[in-house]
Amino acid sequence: MKKFVCNICGYEYDPAAGDPDNGIAPGTAFEDLPADWVCPLCGVGKEDFSPAE
Amino acid sequence: MAKKITDNISWVGKTDWELKMFHGNELSTRRGSSYNAYLLRGISKTVLIDTVWGPYDQEFVSRLRQEIPLEKIDAVVMQHNESDHSGALAELLREIPGTPVYCTAKGEAILRGHYHQEWNFVKVKTGDKLDLGGGESLTFVEAPMLHWPDTMFSYYDGCGGVLFSNDGFGQHYASESLFNDEVPESEMMEEAEKYFANILAPFCPMVTRKVNEILAMNLPLKMICPSHGVIWRKDPESIVKQYLVWADAYALNQVTIVYDTMWNSTRQMAEAIARGIRDAAPQVTVKLFNAAKEDKNDILTEVFHSRALLAGSPTINNGYSYAIAGLLEMVKGMKLKKKAGAAFGSYGWSGEGTRLLSALLTEAGFAVVDEGIRAQWVPDSAALAACEEYGRSFISKLQ
Repeated sequence: MKKFVCNICGYEYDPAAGDPDNGIAPGTAFEDLPADWVCPLCGVGKEDFSPAE
Repeated sequence: MAKKITDNISWVGKTDWELKMFHGNELSTRRGSSYNAYLLRGISKTVLIDTVWGPYDQEFVSRLRQEIPLEKIDAVVMQHNESDHSGALAELLREIPGTPVYCTAKGEAILRGHYHQEWNFVKVKTGDKLDLGGGESLTFVEAPMLHWPDTMFSYYDGCGGVLFSNDGFGQHYASESLFNDEVPESEMMEEAEKYFANILAPFCPMVTRKVNEILAMNLPLKMICPSHGVIWRKDPESIVKQYLVWADAYALNQVTIVYDTMWNSTRQMAEAIARGIRDAAPQVTVKLFNAAKEDKNDILTEVFHSRALLAGSPTINNGYSYAIAGLLEMVKGMKLKKKAGAAFGSYGWSGEGTRLLSALLTEAGFAVVDEGIRAQWVPDSAALAACEEYGRSFISKLQ
């Protein structure tokens, strides 16, 4: 599963780790994150993420 | 002293004519600034929107007390919690502990991280309303990264529609007047652009999206009340539309040449390149700045509205100069789009400064058009002619 990076603050979403603090289980693909999930560091939405290089 | 904006909205902020540097020393504020706080008296609730910078906390609270008995304040809305807005909150809440503090979830985290207090936080999201009585309310709109994660706007549906936009649409611009129609437009717009270039440029995608989101709501808009500078009372939509223009890879027909120089060789090169550009393209505005002498934030504003940046430095100790390195670090942070660049500089022996500067421009997001130009020791007439020719060639590659 691919990692995604926040274009605004640089936070990297790693599907293997998920985002447990915000109810996202490890192993959740970026595509499967809920539409209202936001960057845990800066608060922007999924539309501001790009696939990690 | 409070200043009346409408029958039920007063400005209770602080005008700071003395402020010359902001964010430590990151941002020059040559026309001073203001920390705008607003007192909104609804039919059943009175709300304070934002406070002022810490050094003015006692002055703020004592002046606020002259305007209203503090215990009559029902809620404090903290739209953004950087210390220039939250700096007087602790002083205020010592007087009226337990007063609800409305802010975003990120806002609460930032206030806790700054002041380490258990205040009565009320977390709000986009669309949440604070009922002011009489059928009027304050509606919150989260605006993350405009310009911090916690930022939100607040829309008051009374008085014909008032948007409290915090740092959005702000200017570091001290004035004894409150409104945009009472100040010289040219200097106000200079400060509004400098503010956008130096603070909001990295977040252009969010600006575009949030502004379009607000425009799509078709809300009546009588005024925009930012947290710095004057209030947009005359034609408030003009600054909203200007933000869309600035956020969309803004560029005038300008080339900016920024250089540093030790013994004037690189300066002579800069001037010769400028002559070449103007010779080939007289319609292009060309501006030259010595990065070690000119205000860095004014240079950033010039780069912000340029199509291209030429960066020049002598080679020094196998690298480039301190002033150019620092400036390009700031330029990189602006995340500018669709701008061209190239490097130049004089050298004595090793001469790798120009190549390294080209790499730095690429890293900063510029489309570097060629390998740039170098001149050894002091440029003679042939070397200066080559620089002029380089200027002609450079501008032709941008057409």
